[in-house]
Amino acid sequence: MRARPSQAPAEDTARGPAALGRARRKVIPIAAVSGGLYAAHRKIYPRSISGRFSMLRWWMVAATQLVFYGLPWLQWGQRQAVLFDLGARRFYLFGLVLYPQDLIYLTGLLVVSALSLFLFTAVAGRLWCGYTCPQTVYTEIFMWVEQKIEGSRIARMRLDGEALSMEKLVKKWFKHLVWLGIALWTGFSFVGYFTPIRELGMEFLQTRMGSWEVFWVFFYGFATYGNAGFMREQVCTYMCPYARFQGAMFDRDTLIVSYDVARGEPRGLAKKGEPAPGYGDCIDCDLCVQVCPTGIDIRNGSQYECIGCGLCVDACNTVMQRIKKPAGLVRYATQNGMAGRWTPAQVWRRVARPRVLIYTAVLAALCIGLMASLVARSTFKVDVVRDRGSLAHLVAGGRLENVYRLQIMNATERVQRYRVSAEGLAGLSTEPAQDIAVDPAASRWVAVRVQAPFDAAAPGAHPIRFVVQQDEGAARIVEQTTFIVPR
Amino acid sequence: MSDFINNFWSVYVAVAVVASIVACALLLWLTARGQAPTGDDNTTGHVWDGDLREANNPMPRWWMGLFVLTIVFGVGYLIAYPGLGAYAGKLGWSTSGEYQKDTRAAELALEPVYARFAAMPTEVLAGDGAAMAIGERLFLNNCAQCHGSDARGSKGFPNLTDTDWLHGGTPDKIIETITKGRIGEMPPMAAAVGTPDDVKNLAQYVLSLSGRATDSLRAGLGKSKFGVCAACHGVGGVGQQAVGAPRLNDDTWLHGFGEDAIVAMINNGKHNVMPPQEGRLSAAQINVLAAYVWGLSNKPAAAAP
Repeated sequence: MRARPSQAPAEDTARGPAALGRARRKVIPIAAVSGGLYAAHRKIYPRSISGRFSMLRWWMVAATQLVFYGLPWLQWGQRQAVLFDLGARRFYLFGLVLYPQDLIYLTGLLVVSALSLFLFTAVAGRLWCGYTCPQTVYTEIFMWVEQKIEGSRIARMRLDGEALSMEKLVKKWFKHLVWLGIALWTGFSFVGYFTPIRELGMEFLQTRMGSWEVFWVFFYGFATYGNAGFMREQVCTYMCPYARFQGAMFDRDTLIVSYDVARGEPRGLAKKGEPAPGYGDCIDCDLCVQVCPTGIDIRNGSQYECIGCGLCVDACNTVMQRIKKPAGLVRYATQNGMAGRWTPAQVWRRVARPRVLIYTAVLAALCIGLMASLVARSTFKVDVVRDRGSLAHLVAGGRLENVYRLQIMNATERVQRYRVSAEGLAGLSTEPAQDIAVDPAASRWVAVRVQAPFDAAAPGAHPIRFVVQQDEGAARIVEQTTFIVPR
Repeated sequence: MSDFINNFWSVYVAVAVVASIVACALLLWLTARGQAPTGDDNTTGHVWDGDLREANNPMPRWWMGLFVLTIVFGVGYLIAYPGLGAYAGKLGWSTSGEYQKDTRAAELALEPVYARFAAMPTEVLAGDGAAMAIGERLFLNNCAQCHGSDARGSKGFPNLTDTDWLHGGTPDKIIETITKGRIGEMPPMAAAVGTPDDVKNLAQYVLSLSGRATDSLRAGLGKSKFGVCAACHGVGGVGQQAVGAPRLNDDTWLHGFGEDAIVAMINNGKHNVMPPQEGRLSAAQINVLAAYVWGLSNKPAAAAP
């Protein structure tokens, strides 16, 4: 389904005779007009453009890829700074060692990501899609390579139309070689988050990588090659669920890439510098369509294929500058702003609306809470399990004994010693009395015996607490359990 | 695959799977040939909200390629792997086979860990920190269910930290116990002892063996009946490790202390089982585990560096 057809007819008539406007408008078919249920793919040759938003895009490409390719190579002490060791079930994030029990942080991170998406989308539309989504970013990189090797849009279209020649063969092979290189490096970097990347590199050079590592390097590499090289905009239009539901986060005050119908229509070629009577500012140069990576015409109004990358804004502004008209015929604007012909200041004032404020408040609260809990997080964890085989027994000296198993998980990277004591009943003593040593980033089960005097309490279960104290530092954990006094 | 009680369900599953695949293929074939009902303007003629029209926006053809691929994959998968009822698949893959493969792989991976311990005598092994860390984990996972996390046992389950051994506490005996398991058999002896009164007298005598205050008259009467017990427990109740008969002249009471407990034992007997661990644990694991158990009641020698 397509979105609503372009514009309200009332705006059409405001500029000039309605009949003239309709007659001169170039009709661009919005879909392949085959009657079938399946259509052949129409290849898109986006024209390259420079401008404010394309620069922004490149900065985002640089920033995200610097992080993605660079992070696995950072060292922290004796190990890789960021390593998700799935085999040992430990996540290392710089100074942090996370256990499977810390899954709550992942949950928090996902909620933060979702809320950020809501917030950014409510304020300025599909910012994620246009600037940071891996699909966009790698497509951008791949298209840059394509353009460097095969040339401009026109050259690429001509090359594809040509019969096979030596030149074409060399260009195509070279392009795919570079693409494959980037794709494999991407796959390699990805696996480097899960296996130490330096060792992985050595293994790769000596061709003794594990079969799963080989699989994931090539799988992820192949996905990059296919998605960024061939699928491109089709991922966004046919596969991506984000694309479908981001529209639900828009309202009439959301900044979206829009075409100023009132200013542009009716379209037609005006002489340079001379306002032609009866024509709008749009000279129908088609440049905004040519630069679009999803191949749409923004002048048809807001469409779900629009990833909000702003390249058409750059293209149109270039043209407006050339014909000496003010920039912004295609611009980031809100529906309300466009309809009311608001100034940017007026538009920005509407950013602080309840939906945005609530998103911001919840997001800020969540971020602060997450940070605080990470900072206040204990450097170890304790799990207490009562022995089920025997509930309680009498031991020498007429004392009652209960046996527990304590799992102590050391989330630091040094050997730690912990002292266990019990409280809650008079005269409780624990064995072993000496400190329990746990290896770096390891967990250990220890049997702990708790004894109480024979007449310490009435028969039944009594709540007691284990206090586990870290030898160095003040960290301590208190865990509840029960002490059973037999009849 | 013999998960089905009768053949009907196997056939049912196979037919359902094949029918589903055929139905998918049929649907694909029919829709690929179909024509979208569109007017001249490439819309279906449906209008909502006054101006929202449904355009014919055909799906890209490569999607159909993907659908065909999934069907081809599905057919290939069902030939190679089990999925069609009781049909086992050409590759002979099974979850139990996977499990055995994984177990073998894990054992192979563990071999170098245990290789260092194989040459060590138990007394030295028990003093080796790394070996005992493994031994502790093995004990907690495999033995603690009965003997307790602290190895002190409970009623019916021997304490492993004292020096009282039913079957012998030498390293060899411990390894034998873990490997082969043990059966502690005490037959009901009431008929051999005599009247219920005789049984009570005997119980008093047994109590007196461990120096407990008893009814000395009854104990004296019971002493003459102890002959049938001495066959296993020895004269004076010193016990006999060769048959696993416990000492009766100490303060350790595996199945409960007091006249009532002893009378019940004489009357009912006991059949106590420790399951064998061979097959579940490797010889190398048993070796380390035995050293851990031995070390609980013995002072280990200093480990060689």
